[in-house]
Amino acid sequence: MRIGVFICHCGSNIAGTVDVVAVAQAAAKFPEVAYATDTMYACSEPGQEAIVQAVKEHQLDGVVVASCTPRMHEPTFRRTVERAGINRYFFEMANIREHVSWIGKNAERNTVKAIELVRMAVEKLRRNRPLIPKRFDVVKRVLVIGGGVAGIQAALDCADGGQEVVLVEREQSIGGKMAKLDKTFPTIDCSSCVLGPKMVDVGQHPKITLHTLAEIESVSGYVGNFQVTIRKKARFVDWSKCTGCGLCMEKCPSRKAPDPFNEGLCTAPSINIPFPQAIPKKAAINPDTCIMKQKGKCGLCAKICPVKCIDFDQQDELVTVDVGAIVVATGYDLFDWHKYPQYGQGRYPDVITSLQYERLLSASGPTGGHIKRPSDGKEPKTVVFIQCVGSRDRSVDRPYCSGFCCMYTAKQAILTKDHIPDSQSYVFYMDIRSPGKGYDEFTRRAMEEYGAQYVRGRVSMIYPKGDQLVVRGADTLAGTQVEVAADLVVLAVGAEAARGAVTLGEKLRVVPDQYGFFVESHPKLKPVETNTAGVFLAGACQGPKDIPASVGQGSAAAAKVLALLSKDQLESDPQVSRVTPARCVGCGKCVQTCPFGAIKLVEDRFGNPKAEVVETVCQGCGICTVTCPQGAIQLEHFTDNQILAEVNALCPPRIRVNYAS
Amino acid sequence: MRIVDLATADQDFIAEVEARSHQNLRTCYQCGNCTAGCPYTFVYDHSVSQVMRLIQLGQREVVLQCKSIWLCASCQSCTTRCPNRIDVAKVMDVCRHMAREQGYATEREVKLFTDAFLRSVERHGRAFELGLMADYVLHSGRVFTDVDLAPKALARRKLAFRPHAIVGRDQIERIFQRFRKGGAHV
Repeated sequence: MRIGVFICHCGSNIAGTVDVVAVAQAAAKFPEVAYATDTMYACSEPGQEAIVQAVKEHQLDGVVVASCTPRMHEPTFRRTVERAGINRYFFEMANIREHVSWIGKNAERNTVKAIELVRMAVEKLRRNRPLIPKRFDVVKRVLVIGGGVAGIQAALDCADGGQEVVLVEREQSIGGKMAKLDKTFPTIDCSSCVLGPKMVDVGQHPKITLHTLAEIESVSGYVGNFQVTIRKKARFVDWSKCTGCGLCMEKCPSRKAPDPFNEGLCTAPSINIPFPQAIPKKAAINPDTCIMKQKGKCGLCAKICPVKCIDFDQQDELVTVDVGAIVVATGYDLFDWHKYPQYGQGRYPDVITSLQYERLLSASGPTGGHIKRPSDGKEPKTVVFIQCVGSRDRSVDRPYCSGFCCMYTAKQAILTKDHIPDSQSYVFYMDIRSPGKGYDEFTRRAMEEYGAQYVRGRVSMIYPKGDQLVVRGADTLAGTQVEVAADLVVLAVGAEAARGAVTLGEKLRVVPDQYGFFVESHPKLKPVETNTAGVFLAGACQGPKDIPASVGQGSAAAAKVLALLSKDQLESDPQVSRVTPARCVGCGKCVQTCPFGAIKLVEDRFGNPKAEVVETVCQGCGICTVTCPQGAIQLEHFTDNQILAEVNALCPPRIRVNYAS
Repeated sequence: MRIVDLATADQDFIAEVEARSHQNLRTCYQCGNCTAGCPYTFVYDHSVSQVMRLIQLGQREVVLQCKSIWLCASCQSCTTRCPNRIDVAKVMDVCRHMAREQGYATEREVKLFTDAFLRSVERHGRAFELGLMADYVLHSGRVFTDVDLAPKALARRKLAFRPHAIVGRDQIERIFQRFRKGGAHV
């Protein structure tokens, strides 16, 4: 074998703390290395061309590039060597940037480590085999999980792009958090007027199949060929017949349960359509509160229903779909502010969340759009807004900024003045974060035109006095304590990962960060991709986001899906497990341990059981290779021999030393 | 108003406060929650959050000569409320120690009372209230301070006429000796 080694400077990223010339000189002496050199930017156009030229000039049949992480440029260099006429798996990468130059300052020791990493790469390359990917058909259908504004946008864009879409929503109606909002910043346009038409489009689009009150049960398969099982929860109403007339809601005698759509500000009947613009506009029974489900008698809704669609015996239904791509748009949940003792932990009914306040402002809310405080229904004249409740606070493990609270608080302060002209708003804030188009002007308007008094400081205590709540905080700009007696206190609660996000992430093999938000493939260059091919992210499931950003990401994810599904076939990764039948004893241990069900037992022509790998299903995790007692199953490109060669290159066996002593 | 020259930040002062309080003062982002909860803000010359900021700016003299560090009651409201888990009361405490060491006592009476208290504890193993009062009056010259409370306290038998030594008084004394041997002066 004739190996070429290229040591990249990466400008000063590597060359600053690694003697790249010395590394190249050392590499030239390694076995089967025919050519070694250093190069300024291996990934650049001239850098790649130099590799191609060197391959031709020195008749190389294997290439090692020592540069950055393979996650960055392995695909780049594989294409380069392929262009030079070599199988792309005769390429190895030594990571001397992230693993060496960026983490160590000692040039001498960095250089030694870089040489060792290059030696390992060379030793592995000497044992590489040419691998040829197989091709398989792509299922032209996309699954969108979550029917908030990001999921709606992704679903509509994919469907308009000609692809079949399956949209799964956990709640009864799509719309997500945006459907609960009154107005949106910075234009003060009505939230449901903007979102409503999009929701209707989803409901009517011939390419979109909508499953609400449904969750993802399991996901198997791989990019282009996912098999997804959806659990449609029993709703005890035959939705093929229900017309959404709402008669059942009026007659239902069980109406004490808090209404989740109105954030618990009022109650809802046990059979309910969450809001007038719901899509689909169908009634569903909450079995936890329904008298018939709990006590076995009542059935008033069944008697009154004009189309006889009530079915108390309905069971959960499992639906299986094949899809080629998945968009995750599961959104966020609100921080549980009861963790803060200083805001009363729920003792004071007139301390409410910002989303509850949205429902009070909304014309379709429990008060018909008149601001009435929960305790006595009085119109509040003094409203205090407290920002950063569950944001930028390490003591409650939420050190991140939720991003949109500054803006919606300014909006709510403006709307408060609009609703009650003789009211006064006070906003306790730490910093105003309004870096969007027209955003800062908007917060200034709240202060300058609507007279909201902004107070820079946190609130340390709320206590009742008469029928008011005294809010004590600080004004750090004046360096004083401040107090204000409020009729209503609105907490700008921050965003946290949606409940169940981590469990869903496990099913999808998408990694959540420490707070439960899904991690994108690259923070700048792959913002909607995940490290699982074919699974994309949109909206606040990746991190707190406002509506424009969520919609943008929904469209971005759709673009990625459309690009993927525009191909009829995809190449499978040939780095999969392979069985040597002569060594396999048919014990079946690999079949049991494979997390993807990619190995099956077959009989050879003598009737002996033998393991066989389904190449398109295998993900190349390597669990089977360490399970096999015979060493009969090996992961291509990462065989035991290759890994041991790397280990030996790093720690050469010292048998001779033992003999000498 | 005085102009603070940012370049004259006393880095040694910042480092010393950090080391002695075991707190990372850079995590303070001036949210003001300490000031918001502090029950003594009304007598302070600099609010707690301002003291924290002045330490961040390395303003040794301003901090060590301020009244607030002496008036702090160590109630720990600030520590409880701090979103960055800074033990603010501890920082105030450390500043008070450092002020003492450098001969500052902006609130002289607070220092005298603390001294009298410690003397009483050293002698009796616990506070002997009447002796402590006498000691304080003697040093401060504030004869009539709280004298109106004496009849009430006496009636409730809260003021003993004789000191009541505790068991293990010598051990308390040894704590004081060990402290003095440590080289720190009061």
